[in-house]
Amino acid sequence: MKTRAIISTLAVALAMSTSAVAETLNWARAGDSLTMDPHAQNEGPTHALASQVYEPLIQRDMAGKQVPALATEWSTDPNDPNVWKFKLREGVVFHDGAEFDSEDVVFSFQRAMSPDSDMKELLSSVKEVRADGKFGFEIVTDGPNPIMPANLNDIYIMDKGWTEKNNAVKVQDFEGGEDTFSAKNTNGTGPYVITSRVPDSKTVLEAFGNYWGKGQFPLEVTKINYTPIKNAATRVAALLSGEVDFIQDVPVQDLGRVGEDEKLKVITAPQNRVIFFGLNQGDADLKNDNVEGKNPFADVRVRRAMNMAINRDAIKKIVMRGQSIPAGVAMPPFVNGWTKELDQIPPGGAEAGKKLMAEAGYGDGFTVTLQCPNDRYINDEAICQAAVAMLGQIGITVNLDAKPKAQHFPEIGNLTTDFYMLGWGVPTYDSEYIFNFLMHTKGEKRGSWNGTRYSNADLDAKIVSLASETDLAKRDATIAEIWKQVQEDVLYLPIHHQVLNWGMANKVDTTVSPDDRARFKYFKLK
Amino acid sequence: MERFRSFLASDFFYAFKRAPVAIVSFCIAAFMILTAILAPLIAPTNPFDPSTLNLMNGFTAPFSKNDFTGDHFLLGTDDQGRDVFSTILYGLRISLFVGFSAVLFAMVLGVSLGLLAAMTGGRTDAIIMRIADVQLSFPAILIAMLVFGIAKGITPPELRNEVAVWVLIISIGLADWVQFARVVRGAAMVERQKEYVEAAMLIGRGRVAIALKHILPNILASVLVIATISLALAIITEATLSFLGVGAPPTQPSLGTLIRIGQGFLFSGEWWILLFPALTLLMLALSVNLLGDWLRNTLNPKMEK
Repeated sequence: MKTRAIISTLAVALAMSTSAVAETLNWARAGDSLTMDPHAQNEGPTHALASQVYEPLIQRDMAGKQVPALATEWSTDPNDPNVWKFKLREGVVFHDGAEFDSEDVVFSFQRAMSPDSDMKELLSSVKEVRADGKFGFEIVTDGPNPIMPANLNDIYIMDKGWTEKNNAVKVQDFEGGEDTFSAKNTNGTGPYVITSRVPDSKTVLEAFGNYWGKGQFPLEVTKINYTPIKNAATRVAALLSGEVDFIQDVPVQDLGRVGEDEKLKVITAPQNRVIFFGLNQGDADLKNDNVEGKNPFADVRVRRAMNMAINRDAIKKIVMRGQSIPAGVAMPPFVNGWTKELDQIPPGGAEAGKKLMAEAGYGDGFTVTLQCPNDRYINDEAICQAAVAMLGQIGITVNLDAKPKAQHFPEIGNLTTDFYMLGWGVPTYDSEYIFNFLMHTKGEKRGSWNGTRYSNADLDAKIVSLASETDLAKRDATIAEIWKQVQEDVLYLPIHHQVLNWGMANKVDTTVSPDDRARFKYFKLK
Repeated sequence: MERFRSFLASDFFYAFKRAPVAIVSFCIAAFMILTAILAPLIAPTNPFDPSTLNLMNGFTAPFSKNDFTGDHFLLGTDDQGRDVFSTILYGLRISLFVGFSAVLFAMVLGVSLGLLAAMTGGRTDAIIMRIADVQLSFPAILIAMLVFGIAKGITPPELRNEVAVWVLIISIGLADWVQFARVVRGAAMVERQKEYVEAAMLIGRGRVAIALKHILPNILASVLVIATISLALAIITEATLSFLGVGAPPTQPSLGTLIRIGQGFLFSGEWWILLFPALTLLMLALSVNLLGDWLRNTLNPKMEK
């Protein structure tokens, strides 16, 4: 009895002491944030850091569920389906002490919709934003938009006064190489304040004393040292030596080594990202092939044969060491519209593929170049190499051109590649996001990442109709129709859904979020 | 035949017979060159014909059977299911080809410039030798990387893989010519003072003819010694460049490329992908180097302690 009392007293004392002292977490991942301007780059690692400092109206928790952040309630206006109404959180202050109100929200949305902003696509259906009193906010869309809230997770709110005072109203022109005050300085409402930052080297974040979420979130991490470590072996070595407590990208070949270490653990979860190949099926002739006068990819039988030839199980077993989920559709399983039937791996194999190739008149095969990034996705270059061998078995000789993402992605955007690898994450968890970027005919407003030259007016009309369809059952039916067409036309050759591997010291207690974003305010420390 | 017999009776061959190190290293180097030439006949698979590869064979350990396919591989397979033994044979081919060609290029360049400097003297000599001095103050690998980087920048992307090997040869050759030029110049300056050269000048032979027909044969021995040692260095330089990822492309891997690929799997326990190409490179460089050392000592008895 007495010992138990002593133990429990000790436990309480211990618990109190740990919560009182500063708990530092040393965090590393392959890349750094590109800029601190929250509207300048729609990129994973950039938002990952920004989300510690800035907050959106609605956020996702570690499981991907939408929960209130700076807005406490939201709904469509019962009198006007084109208006979304938000009730804003009261008593929130920015890091510099300024009070948060609807003026800041209106300002931030207008900023995020400005031409230099990289977030404007997410707000393309917004006609007007307006304040409704000090703590009310309204978004007017150009037609009813039932999934508006899903687009708001990465629209961060800045302080109007601070931004105006520091001459940072205009969004940094990142592609143009502009450097601005807001690219280097931050003033958000988030749980952490950046106290020092040297880009690509080290960023220090400390807990914000007046954070509104105190008591609602664990907030056990009070100081974060963030170090980008590009080299995979160095990153793993840093974790093994205890120099860092948490890395977001354990290379698949080192999973065993990290997992075996008694002081470390690896948590694995499927990522909201699908990896696939795109094929130029729209042009009359390909630039990067040896077939004159016609485009072999234009023949759906060739695309089907290629889809069959890719042995996804082998890629999973050998290249990914079990760390992937073979995919039959270019859509992560988290997304509205995903079904098991769609994600079925195409049956057939190389033999059936060969037959189809012969049927299409390419029995002797052809030569084509595959463009592949080598620093973006997990084992991207190795996957491409494996695909080269697999396509070789149905007679297609593939020349591999692997290069850094900075040179690879413009090839897709500028339509200079005929056969390329791409990965797609879906922050809105809805098929419309995929259709808008990847399936719609490439044009001014939509299809910016559609490198297939595929154009189907009927499909485009269906995609556009999704934005203003209020009957969710009807909307889901249209989504299913679009996917059916996409699968029939073999728009893309899906490979797999990525799996996230977070490696961390035993003291860190967290789950893995499917968008690969560490939300440190939810982290617990043992 | 007569020549061969006189070679067997020569001092040179006598010295070779009495030097076990030379015999062993000669045998190893000759064996490697032979296997590299005959690689398509010896190698059980052609690792660069993608249609013959089966990814499921990936990461098979040496001397063991693959769990999925039941295939057997002498030295195991790499991450793409390529037979390590075959990749080494083909890699050796690229390494030796680059090594020999680079040395040949450096030799032709270095000997010509060295002779030119020695024969003309004056300003030409000064300019050539100052360039050589400046270049000598930079490490060869740095110069090779610089040349490689510039060449890569000016070649169109679709040709890059095809010309990579030639660019490699030129960049290593440009980094290595100084050795040849300096030695040839020094030796040629000495030869120039000799009576047979003066005699040739007296009968009115042209300077080019004198340089090539009279001086060059007399300094060829030292050129040969440098060439052998340079070969070992060129092979290592090529491997270093490829290891750094700026050399031979993955589709045409040299030993250095294979070592770079294998290095990524060292921590995860697939040691054979790294070890066997590395051992091959070590044996090749060591045997050529030892042979070069012996050659230097034999052809230049003054060197012997």
